[in-house]
Amino acid sequence: MVVANATTGIASPLKCALSLSQGFQGSTRRLQWRKNERQCVRKAGQGVITAKFDLKPPPYPLDALEPHMSRETFEYHWGKHHRTYVDNLNKQIAGTELDGMTLEDIVVVTYNKGDLLPPFNNAAQVWNHDFFWESMKPSGGGKPAGELLDLINRDFGSFEEFVKEFKTAAATQFGSGWAWLVYKANRLEVGNAENPLPSDEDKKLVVVKSPNAVNPLVWDYFPLLTVDVWEHAYYLDYQNRRPDYLSIFMEKLVSWEAVSSRLDSAKARATEREREEERKKNEEEENGTANSEAVEMYLESDDAVSD
Amino acid sequence: MALRTLLTRKNLANSPMGMLGLRGLQTFSLPDLPYDYGTLEPAISGDIMQLHHQKHHQTYITNYNKALEQLDDAVAKGDASAVVKLQSAIKFNGGGHVNHSIFWKNLAPIREGGGEPPKSSLGWAIDNHFGSLEVLIQKMNAEGAALQGSGWVWLGVDKEFKRLVVETTANQDPLVTKGSNLVPLLGIDVWEHAYYLQYKNVRPDYLKNIWKVINWKYASEVYEKECP
Repeated sequence: MVVANATTGIASPLKCALSLSQGFQGSTRRLQWRKNERQCVRKAGQGVITAKFDLKPPPYPLDALEPHMSRETFEYHWGKHHRTYVDNLNKQIAGTELDGMTLEDIVVVTYNKGDLLPPFNNAAQVWNHDFFWESMKPSGGGKPAGELLDLINRDFGSFEEFVKEFKTAAATQFGSGWAWLVYKANRLEVGNAENPLPSDEDKKLVVVKSPNAVNPLVWDYFPLLTVDVWEHAYYLDYQNRRPDYLSIFMEKLVSWEAVSSRLDSAKARATEREREEERKKNEEEENGTANSEAVEMYLESDDAVSD
Repeated sequence: MALRTLLTRKNLANSPMGMLGLRGLQTFSLPDLPYDYGTLEPAISGDIMQLHHQKHHQTYITNYNKALEQLDDAVAKGDASAVVKLQSAIKFNGGGHVNHSIFWKNLAPIREGGGEPPKSSLGWAIDNHFGSLEVLIQKMNAEGAALQGSGWVWLGVDKEFKRLVVETTANQDPLVTKGSNLVPLLGIDVWEHAYYLQYKNVRPDYLKNIWKVINWKYASEVYEKECP
């Protein structure tokens, strides 16, 4: 992945990876999805370090996906739309508590369980577009292989069925939005119960779609592949013909290598998270701090009338 | 009670009212534009007008008709869950048809009055409520530019309180989804398909220029009907 210095005029930049410094109330999630390399800029005379996000270029030249996705499209889509999201996000978070958080954490925090905070649209769209460029490659398309193909066959029946479901989701996302292939490894959290049979079968590949800037990070899924179905993504090349755009995307543009490597990361993180939860549970039991949070449970003896 | 028994679908076929009784399904078709595609230039290009009308609007109509047919079927079968499932397709596509039908009337070539400021009662109401036409335009442009994703920005009138409103709606939601008393006078489509080929990502330029071809005569007619 090429990280270009898209900002100019900054003396002695420090590259640093700031990890999650602030969680948010009640969450046990550790979202170290991908540490986003950022520039830490020491502003002259202020002694203040601020972290700005960069406009990362796609991992190929802007004309590399011709004729399927034109250079002109990239000049606007990456050069204008994506750039504007980055610039506006940096302006919005400067000096706030979001400044210094990873992009992924900003996305989840500002999603605010659906009651979107102002920086959400910009943060999520920055993340989404980074992810989208990396989902494609020159001479892409074809079929995946190995474990990814096995899981696709297991969870969709066949590769063709998966393609059909993915294209349908993308075609029926009304208005602006995205379609996704995700790895779903979360278990239903219920206050007073445990999943009695956590197993690898709980984890599966799923196709989802999302409106506007929303992405599956906010649902605690691991995204593996996306296609942008905002009209600006395809209008110059395909006008209203979204289905044609989607077919070409699947046949000529998808980078299955990227999807496979994301699947590996996703599985590793899911395992890591389970170990972490197991460790914490054991710790709580040892310290006798189990049930430190009062959990409201319905007991039959509460009933005035019992059977 | 007796009346209802008389008028069930089954009985209608045999009753004297049988000929009129069975519900016919009205299908919709693309309304013609009252002007040629190229006559709104340079504010809106002929290419955009043609695509917007012949492709986008037509697709909403095609899909709306399809959804209505499926709805009719589901209602006849008493399939409640199918009826509910169809609601979003009806809202998207029916809304798309409703909104675009209004939009074409909201535009006019300059030589047919496009861009001419509103006079008489609507002009007065705008000045009274917003201060001036310029203020209204600025407000609609600001809201249109700020709208995330796809949607519309509207000038409407609340027919109960006889008051002008500026509202936005998402996707193809008609203005009435923001208030059952709201009547649209003017809608500006801010879906990217409405401007992208010409203005690309610069939606504010599209909004600035579209006022040159806004048909205030139509908006006035609608206003005067609601606020005589």
